[in-house]
Amino acid sequence: MIWVLALGVFATVTAGVYLTLSRDLLRCVIGISLIGAAANLVVFGAGRIGTALPPVIPPGADVLDAAVNPLPQALVLTAIVIGFALTCFSLVLVLALKSRTGIADSEALRLAEPAPGPDGKPAPETVDDRAGGAERA
Amino acid sequence: MAAVLVATPLLVPLGTALVTLLAAEQPRLQRAVSLAGVFVLLGCTLALLAQVELHGTARVAFGGWEAPFGIEFAVDRLGASMALITALMGAATLVFQLSDADPAPDSPTLLPLVHALLAGVGGAFVTADLFNLYVWFEVMLIAALGLLAHGAAARQLDATLKYFVLNALGTLLLLMAIAWVYGMTGHLNYGALEAAGQALDPLRLAPFVVALALAFLIKAGAFPVYAWLPASYHTLPAPLAALFAALLTKVGVYAVLRLLGDVFTQSPAILFEALGWVAVGTMLLGVLGAAWHWDMRRILAFHIISQIGYMLLGIALASREGTVGTVFYIVHHIIVKANLFLVAAIVFRLTGSYDLRRVGGLYKLRPWLGVLFLVPALSLVGIPPLSGFWAKFVVVRETLLQGHYVWAAAALLVGFLTLYSMMKIWFEAFWKKHPESGWALPADARLGPAYAATIALALLTVAIGLAPEPLAQFAQQAADAMAAGGGRP
Repeated sequence: MIWVLALGVFATVTAGVYLTLSRDLLRCVIGISLIGAAANLVVFGAGRIGTALPPVIPPGADVLDAAVNPLPQALVLTAIVIGFALTCFSLVLVLALKSRTGIADSEALRLAEPAPGPDGKPAPETVDDRAGGAERA
Repeated sequence: MAAVLVATPLLVPLGTALVTLLAAEQPRLQRAVSLAGVFVLLGCTLALLAQVELHGTARVAFGGWEAPFGIEFAVDRLGASMALITALMGAATLVFQLSDADPAPDSPTLLPLVHALLAGVGGAFVTADLFNLYVWFEVMLIAALGLLAHGAAARQLDATLKYFVLNALGTLLLLMAIAWVYGMTGHLNYGALEAAGQALDPLRLAPFVVALALAFLIKAGAFPVYAWLPASYHTLPAPLAALFAALLTKVGVYAVLRLLGDVFTQSPAILFEALGWVAVGTMLLGVLGAAWHWDMRRILAFHIISQIGYMLLGIALASREGTVGTVFYIVHHIIVKANLFLVAAIVFRLTGSYDLRRVGGLYKLRPWLGVLFLVPALSLVGIPPLSGFWAKFVVVRETLLQGHYVWAAAALLVGFLTLYSMMKIWFEAFWKKHPESGWALPADARLGPAYAATIALALLTVAIGLAPEPLAQFAQQAADAMAAGGGRP
């Protein structure tokens, strides 16, 4: 059973990394949420899997032998909630970027770090910078 | 009472965030609550530090579940000093925000997000539980993202996306690594992990320690995984840039220090050796990146990376003196780096640009501002008698004593290159004439709070420089306390 889980984690991470390396912004953030799903499976697996017995230690014993460790399942819940919030935020962020700038290609996304000027030196502050400053004021 | 005090670095900013959120409709009230909250935090962390000094490590386990089963907060000297300096930076930047030198735009969500960020940082410094640490990293991440996207200019959204993608990968790696370590040891509590780690074969545990360290190094902005930092920090308004620059990467460094200097001290030597080379790469690439740029914010952002290298070098030395150096360095660096960003914002307000090619002539009109810049700048370089000299002295001396001559040479070379960058700012912004002939100082600049914040930080830098003994002694005691839990001789 643990090998099925491992295979699932492997497949999810692979798909996630593939999407994250894509130049399309939306694919990139979806890839990250896939890797997040794989991370959750890893946490789940840390408690071992196998039986469906309730995690109750019998009287007189110190160790939980038959059942699985329930703590990682509680940790997974926390991680899922956090991951969900981050996924929501990142999707909204990408949509905002797309509608604001029309850019959906990470290669073209050089607004914060403009390419060097023709003389090979850093590009001077652009008009957009000043506009950003004005927007703030 | 002590139990409540241990949780204050988390509870006070969290409470302030909630109250400022409730007061969102009334900007004046919100600002007052925010300032009150940060000074209460300052008081609480001072009390916590005093408590730790008097009675040793303060602990509290929540929900009646004793460690190692429940979530535990444990504050030793290192944690207490980090919490105090977090509060100090919060206070400095929030006071600076009252001036009109490149402040963050007023909006109802600004102050709640700042306090949420402080809560995340505070939580990370006081917790003694690995999974809990992950949660605080996530709180920091989401608050930082909110602040980055706050101005909503296109380039800020661009920066937010890059920050998000690289940091999210870091936290996911952290989550997986925590799961692996838990699967191996069955523990999340630092103390229990330390004991469990000593019982296990270090080589079996090493891959997972590496995964954890890598995740923390992404957060710390170490070579070669620092790309998110210079992509985003310069798009922030000045007080937020100072806050980010002071605290966020240092939480990563703190986590590496906790991991390798406190919990898994038995890790194989090659791991520390590798960290040393990572530190050298971080120092060199950071300082070279800074040398190329002309925007003050971008120069300073790259210098954060370069300085992170020195702190990592201290950890890589894997000795008591190395830990002492790192603790001293973190405290010195947080104060100096935040101050440089704030002084740069004053220069921006007076001359109209962050780009060094478009500014100048300040020394003639504002000589004391020049001094105010030189104090943190020369301290960053490591000129005696300022705080940076002692920080570098401790780290480099220990590097030489251990015979790592290449590392020490790199550290000294990076010092020279740092001097180049700082002198570039000095000559361009202060010494040369302003490129526009009709330029005059703006008459309506409201800089009182800005000067108050920067002068206070500069005085701290000078004080540490002139009397380094108390801080050095404190750092030694902090290192002793970390070693006392077993581990390194």
